[in-house]
Amino acid sequence: MRAVLARIASRPLPAPLLGGLALLAVMVAFTVSPGTFAPYDPLAFDYNALLSPPSAAHLFGTDQFGRDILSRTIAAAAVDLQIALFATIFPGLLGSLIGLFVGWYGGVADAVFGRLVDLVVTFPFLVLVIAIVAILGPGLANMYIAVTAVGWVFYARLMRGEVLVQKSGEYVAAARVLGYSTPRIIFRHILPNAVRPVLVYAVTDMALAILLGSSLGYLGLGAQPPTAEWGVLIADGKNFFTTAPWIVLFPGAAIVLAGLGFSLTGDGLADLLEVRR
Amino acid sequence: MTLLAVEGVSKRFPARRGLVDVLSGRPRQAVHAVEQVSLEVRRGETLGIVGESGCGKSTFARCLVRLYEPDEGAIRFEGADVLALQGDARRNFNRHVQMVFQDPYGSLNPRMTVGDTLAEALSVHAVVARAQVPARVRELLDLVHLPADAAERYPHEFSGGQRQRIGIARALAVEPSLIIADEPVSALDVSVQASIVNLFLELQARLGLTLVFITHDLRLVKHMTHRVAVMYLGRIVEVGPTADLFAAPRHPYTQALIRAVPHVKPAAREARRNRQAAVTGELPSPLKPPPGCAFHPRCPIAQPACAQAVPALEDRGGAWPVACIRVSG
Repeated sequence: MRAVLARIASRPLPAPLLGGLALLAVMVAFTVSPGTFAPYDPLAFDYNALLSPPSAAHLFGTDQFGRDILSRTIAAAAVDLQIALFATIFPGLLGSLIGLFVGWYGGVADAVFGRLVDLVVTFPFLVLVIAIVAILGPGLANMYIAVTAVGWVFYARLMRGEVLVQKSGEYVAAARVLGYSTPRIIFRHILPNAVRPVLVYAVTDMALAILLGSSLGYLGLGAQPPTAEWGVLIADGKNFFTTAPWIVLFPGAAIVLAGLGFSLTGDGLADLLEVRR
Repeated sequence: MTLLAVEGVSKRFPARRGLVDVLSGRPRQAVHAVEQVSLEVRRGETLGIVGESGCGKSTFARCLVRLYEPDEGAIRFEGADVLALQGDARRNFNRHVQMVFQDPYGSLNPRMTVGDTLAEALSVHAVVARAQVPARVRELLDLVHLPADAAERYPHEFSGGQRQRIGIARALAVEPSLIIADEPVSALDVSVQASIVNLFLELQARLGLTLVFITHDLRLVKHMTHRVAVMYLGRIVEVGPTADLFAAPRHPYTQALIRAVPHVKPAAREARRNRQAAVTGELPSPLKPPPGCAFHPRCPIAQPACAQAVPALEDRGGAWPVACIRVSG
């Protein structure tokens, strides 16, 4: 970790990473204090301004109930940021631990793991998630459970591969000759060297998580109305697309920008964390 | 006097079996990396182990520190059975027997500073009190002739020779009595090799270390070891005092190896050309070692009897043991 901090201090950050971090900073600001940025209450109806196009009073226009789209897009940032984090952290942690374990111990655990991975990746990711949410019932909590139940596989596979590479390194042999305990070798020596691709993948995966959350929201399986969530906003506006496209366009643009922010950050992080040998 | 005694140690690696092999009931093949090696390491000496690449010397080194568990045999360190050690006793053994690795680039954790690497060894084994760790790290760096500010830097900031010094400092951190050096200089430039070799000699004199020095470089062996064991295809074929053994090698393989050492002086080169050719052919596959003496297919003095039985490592009328039925007196 100190290596990374020292590198950050010594080198100017690349422009794509700065751009990505700026986009994420906006999202975080909207999450921390939506009231500062949103001109209206995102849930307040205004029957004098139904389906009004973008104007000085409503920069992004209003929906069929007269709710301000700008305010709703800003309010949705909190939900989507939560989705981006939780839908990667839970499967990321679970998968990394499993990958660390099977990579280190190998043998039967690894063989069972391999078959399990084959089984899970046979199904399209989204179909499997939708199936699990359909069984558990719609809602964000169940969505996280479904994403974790499916998504851990990708993290575990990545981590396992890295652990296999690292554990054959001579520095691990040196640690064993020095009599270090297995937990110390796994967590202090292997993990810091194996975690980089997993971290980078996780940040990039956050972009996909937002798309997934929005997709499930759109399908009515994720965040539930009237909660503002970008996918839900798009689903709300789809019937008015030809007459009031602004209801759909602005949350859609928010999804694109958030995804871009995570992707750029992920790429920048990959460069930054590269270890020199 | 004996610090480490090795008795009949063997290590085999099972080969992969294809489906056809399994179905036809063929027995599982194994690579015989180390076969029936017996050896003793005396306190304070430098023991060289030489042999061609692939003769099992690195595997043997890894068996000594239990990176590999031998399939047969016993290893005794100061009388205690090393292979039976568990838990704290095993950690204590690790404190006394350390290893220096071949690859100076891969043997250091790239994510830890040199200071952290050394401090970890010191604190895990509680070599010194916690407050004294930074001072001891500086002492260790000084011992291997690295500047004190090396502690804050990462391995990638050092050259190969410097990294090997760090590896040596890490081994020394736990104050071992025996260091096993597995080809510690073969990855380095020749000019750097000399400085590392001299460091080993200096440390041995200063700290009273016992060294097992594994290499394929006969000149290094001649320069720095007291005794030498010659390995061929997993077995020791000859073991004796370095000076005597170089002056009058007894085993035909040792003779061929010593004859193969390149000479710088033209006269010596000329003399060598006029002598018998060095060993010819390739090292046989350790999956299917030749029957009897493993060296007989390449041996200039082989007889039919050589293919009958594995020759024992015995004195055979000389001052040190040799495993060849053609040798007498």
